Amino acid sequence: MAIAGAVGLLLLVLELVRRRALMERYALLWLLSSLVILALAAWTDALKVLAESLGIVAAPNALFFVAVAFILLLLLHFSAAMSRLTDQSKVLAQRQALLERRIRKLERERVAEDELEPLLRSHLPSGS
Amino acid sequence: MTATPKGRRRFEPTMAAADCPTLPEIPTRDRSSCLAVVPAYNEEATVGDVVRALRANAPQLDVVVIDDGSTDATATRAEEAGADVLRLPFNLGIGGAVQAGFKHADELGYDYLVQVDADGQHDPGEISKLFAVAELDGADMICGTRFATETGYMAPISRRTGIHLFAFLLSRLLRQPVTDPTSGFRLYNRRAISVFARDYPHDYPEVEAVLMLHHHRLTMREVPVRMFQRGGGVSSITGSGKSFYYMVKVLLALFVGLGRRRAVPEPGESAAVAAEHGI
Repeated sequence: MAIAGAVGLLLLVLELVRRRALMERYALLWLLSSLVILALAAWTDALKVLAESLGIVAAPNALFFVAVAFILLLLLHFSAAMSRLTDQSKVLAQRQALLERRIRKLERERVAEDELEPLLRSHLPSGS
Repeated sequence: MTATPKGRRRFEPTMAAADCPTLPEIPTRDRSSCLAVVPAYNEEATVGDVVRALRANAPQLDVVVIDDGSTDATATRAEEAGADVLRLPFNLGIGGAVQAGFKHADELGYDYLVQVDADGQHDPGEISKLFAVAELDGADMICGTRFATETGYMAPISRRTGIHLFAFLLSRLLRQPVTDPTSGFRLYNRRAISVFARDYPHDYPEVEAVLMLHHHRLTMREVPVRMFQRGGGVSSITGSGKSFYYMVKVLLALFVGLGRRRAVPEPGESAAVAAEHGI
């Protein structure tokens, strides 16, 4: 059952990457965690060794422990990614506001020029 | 022109804001060398008056209002009052809004930037005091403080306790007296502008900014100023939950900030958060 679940997760992650719904940089940690869970689910001796070394009586609980550890790692990873995105969106918003102000200023100057031009032309001698 | 005696005369405490409607202290060699930045989030009730007061009291200043994604008529009121307006597409919080002002000033090469709140708490007539100290002392950031002397300002006791805690910590860290590190009534020179244009704290930035400046080996001074009670709108720090978050966030920023070798990269190095680093 655990094997099926781990394989399912692995295939889902690969499929999402194939469809470009998940970027490789975010998929790597998912792939790693599903591979480790799959390995521990399939190779029960390793799980038992791990459980003993951690002092866990029931070996399947060691699988939960590893899974939870990976979930925490993934969450931290997402918080870091979110911080970066927040900072990037802040920089973009500021840049956008500065550029928008410049465009409005240029447009105002342009309008002023356009209003001035016919006035100037009417004062110039005709035919020139 | 000898600067010292002139500067000393300016620094006399007799120079009250009331007798000084115009500001001879503000450098006038270039009309556009000083910028007033007014960060505003839903302050339509007061922002127009603040801009008009700035233009009346300090005509040498260019005024730019940073509309931090307001949902009311803040930007329109500011423009009607004659200010330039930077419209942020969504609410960034006070840190992001003020930093937009720093970037604007950095881009256009202003020599000084003075930050004034949009709620009418800061008296534009007091800006001359900040400039007087900047000219005399050469400090990179001049903060208007409510606490160095008796002023008309009375904050709630809980808030004062928090401010005094930050003041105590910063005074120890900077080894110089800091009385009001949360004050947003500040004057920055060219060096401080370029530092903060590159990196400025996200939310509740004032306390952290003091420490950042210190890490850059820049100096700050405080000047006692008169402040008013808020004219309208609500403080960004309201409610016990937010106050608690504010305290914890600023304390975390202070102590983690200590662990940074340098607060931001020097010019030419990669940015603090670079787009190409894959996380």
